[in-house]
Amino acid sequence: MSGRLPSFRNGVHPPEHKELTSGIPSRRLPFPDEIILPLSQHIGRPAEALVKPGDRVERGDVIAKASGLISSRVHSSAAGTVKSIEQWPHPSGTMQPSVRIEVDPHSTQLQRPRLVPHWDEVPAEQLSEEISKAGIVGLGGAAFPSHVKMRPPEDQPVDVLIVNGSECEPYLTSDHRTMLEQPEYVHQGIRIVLRALGIERAVIGIELNKPDAIEVMRKTAPTDLDVSVQPLKVKYPQGAEKMLIKTVTGREVPSGKLPSAVGALVQNVATTASIARVFDTGEPLIERIMTVSGRGVKQPGNWLIPFGTKLRDVIDACGGMTEDIAEIVFGGPMMGQSQASLDVPVLKATGGILLLSRDECKRQDILPCIRCGKCIDACPVYLNPQLMGALARVERFEEMTENNLGDCMLCGCCSFVCPSNIPLSQLFAMSKMQLSRMKAA
Amino acid sequence: MNETTVKITAAPHVRSPESTTRIMWSVVLSLVPVIAASIFFFGPSAVLVLGASTAGCLLTERLFGTRRDSIADGSAVITGLLLGMCLPAGIPLWMAFLGGVFGVAFGKLIFGGLGQNVFNPALLGRAFLQAAFPVAITTWPVRGENWWALAGDNFALPFMTPTVMDAMTGATPLGILKFSDDPVVTPVLNLILGSTGGSLGETSAGLILAGGIYLAIRGHLNWHIPVSILLSVFVFSGIFYALGLSPFSPWFMLFSGGLMLGAWYMATDMVTSPVTNRGCWVFGAGIGLLVVIIRIWGGLPEGVMYAILLMNALVPFINRATQPRKFGSARRAAETKG
Repeated sequence: MSGRLPSFRNGVHPPEHKELTSGIPSRRLPFPDEIILPLSQHIGRPAEALVKPGDRVERGDVIAKASGLISSRVHSSAAGTVKSIEQWPHPSGTMQPSVRIEVDPHSTQLQRPRLVPHWDEVPAEQLSEEISKAGIVGLGGAAFPSHVKMRPPEDQPVDVLIVNGSECEPYLTSDHRTMLEQPEYVHQGIRIVLRALGIERAVIGIELNKPDAIEVMRKTAPTDLDVSVQPLKVKYPQGAEKMLIKTVTGREVPSGKLPSAVGALVQNVATTASIARVFDTGEPLIERIMTVSGRGVKQPGNWLIPFGTKLRDVIDACGGMTEDIAEIVFGGPMMGQSQASLDVPVLKATGGILLLSRDECKRQDILPCIRCGKCIDACPVYLNPQLMGALARVERFEEMTENNLGDCMLCGCCSFVCPSNIPLSQLFAMSKMQLSRMKAA
Repeated sequence: MNETTVKITAAPHVRSPESTTRIMWSVVLSLVPVIAASIFFFGPSAVLVLGASTAGCLLTERLFGTRRDSIADGSAVITGLLLGMCLPAGIPLWMAFLGGVFGVAFGKLIFGGLGQNVFNPALLGRAFLQAAFPVAITTWPVRGENWWALAGDNFALPFMTPTVMDAMTGATPLGILKFSDDPVVTPVLNLILGSTGGSLGETSAGLILAGGIYLAIRGHLNWHIPVSILLSVFVFSGIFYALGLSPFSPWFMLFSGGLMLGAWYMATDMVTSPVTNRGCWVFGAGIGLLVVIIRIWGGLPEGVMYAILLMNALVPFINRATQPRKFGSARRAAETKG
């Protein structure tokens, strides 16, 4: 069956390493003594704090409100007392204003009851309102506020919802576990999103390396809606929005446009599950399943972790680090972010925490480009990384823009394949930063 | 928790195990059978010539290389071996050595070292020798009875006329067919097995093919290039043969001279070939056409070297003309909304 599966062009096949955690059911991580909730956990404007030091908060209380259209609320993931609002190390590598909450050790950590309308009885427009109130953002990695996505432009009607269960990053198995453990929630969330959009067709894309998830999702699929499961070839970056749309529908999102330009909308399986939870128990987005993996951690596994838990507490709960730990990464190994401090909190977008041993992330010396063209054959958006890399090294940023730097999504395929170990996507990330700085100046 | 040092790097945090050094050395490895065959056919002279050309390359790289340890990347060894492969066994060693020096110095280092050169260094070295010593480089020894005998005046002193005896000169299958008063068509099987006259590495097309296919399977050479060259040679020589304009049959063309070596090892030099697969088709087709034209109408029996060097010069233009179409800039409207 694998021979005839649709796919996208180019891409790479990094070693998967999913066997480390794919068979381990998720367990709840003990509540830590303290949680740190940055006001910026999503793409867009940071939220505005609503609490002040000394305030008592319950689990699920709103502690920061959205500021502007593209922004998202932040809720407290544990009951306790606000200690301070201060600059704190953020997984992005910067310092960000964050709410520090001392967790109440005597609390039952039950969520404060919240009244939520029945999803089928309110007008469809109100659904995205409720989703916004619950602070839901895309859990696939980008953390784009979900309610914004669910209101596509009037002139670009969406006719298909694509649900992303591909989980193409190596090591990560949190989406896999979500599909296995909460298939009803995933499907219920799909139902709610379909109603909000006023359409009936959804396709769940799952890579072939998760046959059990494909089977479970098929078995539990509703019969009254056009919801199907599309098995996908195992290839990185299958889970990238544009690649997934191309694979499932054959439509190519025009450069610089949103998926709605081709009538598609993509939501991650963990996102739809959390949407379903909002309307089931009233629970806002305050925790998620995260994969803790790599050869640098003693007990790899999948954990249900409240947002704001510090990296240090997660590692302790997983048995600690091994001797040959070399790098700690939030997210997958292809696009994740290196961490410099054990005090950074896990956030809404943190799908995985990787503790990589020296062997897993070793690099060889950088040699000159030999123009082998492997990066061009790997680039899923058909750019010429070889040329852009040469331009980046001599800081000709404007010419990089002419060569479509703007279309680069920093997936890392070019850097992965480069036999000369040239840090191509790193150069592109830097160039993008440089360009936006130049534009601002 | 104890003091732990972790590194902070930008994504991606994992790399494929492939490396440029590994590609280079696997090319060298794939040449071993061809080298063995050349020693089998030409005796100790083959070892001496290959050694001299490689020594010339390595010494130049060591003395003038831009990076520390640039010898370790293996590219100079490849240049040396490939240069030796396209020299006749009887050539004076100092010439082979000088060709290596010229190839690396003017073919590669002068452009800025590995990855920066326009022309294939080994072929540039050979082109230099062809221009400087036209007689020595086209004097192919006859296979003697005694395997241990040198195939020519290998030890001639620099700038002294080597003592070349007429009785020792054989001719290549291409030369016999093209220039001889009494043209003979060498059977294609002999060409494949290598029991013919010619340069060291020209003669065993079969082993070169095997080495090339090994590299293609490992992803260490772009198969589009040899396939398009061979296809183009076959098609164009077939047309001219059918029109009665050429004495060479397409099969003879494919397996004679330096075509196999050129198509699999010279033209596929990653640095001097196009970066896109579409570009490689154009590049290969151009080489094939030039080879056929030079072989049929040129003043030389063989045209692979000049065909590749000429197309090397066009690579920047081919690259510019064959850039990939970026995702989401569809050619037809139907493709965006399918």
